[in-house]
Amino acid sequence: MKMIAKKNTLALALSLTVLAGCSSTDTQPVDDMAGMDQGAETTALDNAGDVSATELSEAEKAEMEKQAKMKEEAALREIRTFYFDFDKSDIKAESRLPLMAHSKFLAANPNVKVVVEGHGDERGTKEYNMALGERRAKSVERFLVVNGASRDQLEVVSFGEERPADMGHDEAAWAKNRRAVVEYK
Amino acid sequence: MDFISFCNRRLMVLLIAALFGMPVHAEELTIEITQGSDKAIAIAVVPFKNNSVSAIPEDVSRIVKDDLQRSGEFDSLAVERMLSLPTQATEVYFRDWKLLGQSYLVVGEIEYSTLDKKYKVRYEVFDVNTERRLIGEVLSGSESSLRDLAHRISDTVYKKITGVRGIFSTRIAYVTLQRGSKGETDYRLQIADADGRRSRVLLKTTEPVLSPAWSPKADKIAYVSFETGRPAVYVQTIATGARQKVSSFKGLNGAPAWSPDGSSLALTLSKDGNAEIYLMDMQTSVLKKLTNHFAIDTEPSWSPNGKDIVFTSDRSGSPQVYRMSLSDLRPTRLTFDGRYNARPRFSDDGKRIFYVHQKGGVYNIAALDLKDGSQRILTETPLDESPSIAPNGRMLIYGTQRGKNGVLAVVSVDGQAKYFLPSKFGDVREPAWSPFLN
Repeated sequence: MKMIAKKNTLALALSLTVLAGCSSTDTQPVDDMAGMDQGAETTALDNAGDVSATELSEAEKAEMEKQAKMKEEAALREIRTFYFDFDKSDIKAESRLPLMAHSKFLAANPNVKVVVEGHGDERGTKEYNMALGERRAKSVERFLVVNGASRDQLEVVSFGEERPADMGHDEAAWAKNRRAVVEYK
Repeated sequence: MDFISFCNRRLMVLLIAALFGMPVHAEELTIEITQGSDKAIAIAVVPFKNNSVSAIPEDVSRIVKDDLQRSGEFDSLAVERMLSLPTQATEVYFRDWKLLGQSYLVVGEIEYSTLDKKYKVRYEVFDVNTERRLIGEVLSGSESSLRDLAHRISDTVYKKITGVRGIFSTRIAYVTLQRGSKGETDYRLQIADADGRRSRVLLKTTEPVLSPAWSPKADKIAYVSFETGRPAVYVQTIATGARQKVSSFKGLNGAPAWSPDGSSLALTLSKDGNAEIYLMDMQTSVLKKLTNHFAIDTEPSWSPNGKDIVFTSDRSGSPQVYRMSLSDLRPTRLTFDGRYNARPRFSDDGKRIFYVHQKGGVYNIAALDLKDGSQRILTETPLDESPSIAPNGRMLIYGTQRGKNGVLAVVSVDGQAKYFLPSKFGDVREPAWSPFLN
C-alpha cells in the first residue's frame, strides 16, 4: 500500500503540471509548483519558454501518468482475495478499489476470463456454507459486472468450507477463510 | 425405464468398479464410549463356548455385548465379575445372576462344520427375575458373515427386551479427508457397519465430497462430488459401484435428500440465480422448484410420510429452520431461539426435528418437539454438525471436532448415552445412518 500511495502522489503532481501547461500564464503556475514535487518541477522548468518542447513534454507527461496509473492498477489487481464478515456477503470498503481495478482490466480485455471462488469458515453447516460461499462469490461477480466486466467473462463456483486458506480453528483462521478469490484463467 | 429415454435424459452412467480392484485402504473406526445412560438395563452376555477344534475368527458374544452396551440402553456385565460361565439352560443358576443385579442373561455356543464350512451359533436369552427363557435360536453362516450373525443376535435381544427394532445390522456412510504434507487432499466416501467396522471405500477423489444420502432401500447413495472441479450430484449403486451423474447445472448442486418412497430427490440448485430447493423425479429427471426466494434455501429433509419438507433458509436475516407442505409450498418458520439453526432432519416418527443450533459461538445438535415447540440441546462439543438419525429413532450420529480432527459421535435422542467413533488418521465427517437393510 505504501508504494501505491507514492505513485498516487506522483500521478497527482503530473496531472497538476499538465493542467498548468494549458493555462494562459506560463511561468506562474510553474512557480506555484515549486517544492511540491521535485521530479515534476524539474521537468516543467526545463521546458519553460519552448512551446513545441512543452507540448511534447505534455504528451510524455500524459504517457507517464498513464503508465503510473497502469502500474497502480496492476498493483491493485494483485489483490485477488476479498474477505467477508460472519454469515455476510456484502463487499467490504477495503475491497472496492482493487475490485474496481479488476473490473477495468476485464472491461479492457474482453477475452480474459476469471473464476470467482466463494468460501466460508468451518462453523455451521456444510451445505448452508456452500450457498453462502456462492453468495459471496456472486457479490464479487455483481460488483465486477456493474463496473464494466461482462457476465460472459465470469464464472462463479463455491467450495463452501471445503478449502480453508488457514487450517486453524480460531477467529483469526476463520476470518481468513470467509473469502472470495478472483482467479484469472 | 427404457434405454432410449435413459439416454435422452443424458444421465451419465460411470462404472467405477475398477476402483474396487485397487488396493484402497478403508479406514476402520473404533468405538469409545464416553457416557452411558443411568437407566440402562443390566444384562450379562456370557462368552459363547467354542465347540470347534480351531479358533473362531470373530468373538460373537463380545460383539453382542458391545452392541448392547453402545446403545446406552443396556449395561453389559464385565466377564471378570461373572460367578459362572453357563453355555446352556441346564447350567444356569438364576440366584447367581440375581446376586449380581442382572435383569437379563445371554448364553450360547458355537460349532464349526467342516462339511459345509459354516458356523452354527446357538444362543438363549433369559429373564433373570421371572427365570424364564425369552429366546432360543440357532443361526448359521460362513466366516465372512459371523459379524452379521452377531449383530442379528443383538437386534433380536434388543427387540425382545425393549420392544424397539435394533439398529445393529445397519450401516453408516461418511466422508474421510486426509491432507498430505504438500496440502494435497484425499477425500473418500465410505460405508461401514454401524459399529464402524468392515468399512469399504465407495469413491476416492482429490476433490471435496459431501452430503451422502441413503436411498430408502439402502441400495444406493446420493452425494455431492467436486471431482470435475464443479459440484455435481451423483447416485451410486452400492453393490455394483455403477453411478449416474443426476445433477450438474450451473452453480450449486447439493444437499440431496431422497423422498421416503425413493421416487424423487430433493436438492439445492442455484441455476436460476440463487440457492433454491427443487424436486427431481428420478424416473424422468423433471425438476419442480419448491422454494422461490432471494434468500438461501437449502438442506431439505423429508417428513416420514413424504408430505412435508423441513429446510434451512436465511430469509429472516439469519439461517433458521422452516417447514413446508409439498401441497401448498408455503413455508412456516419453526426455530426462533438464536441466530443460527440449520440442517434439520425429521425424527422417524415425524414428531421432532434435529438440527444444528448455535448459542454463544458454540454449535450443537438440538431437538425441537414439533407439538409443543420445546427445544433440547443434545450435545456439548463446540463444532457439532450433520446430524443423522438411526432408523429406529433412538440415536443420532453427527460430526464434531476433537483436537485438530473431525470425528463422528453418536448420542441417544434423550441425550443420555454418548460415544465417539474416532479414526486413527485424518478427518471423518458427514455421517449418514442407513435405513434398515431388510
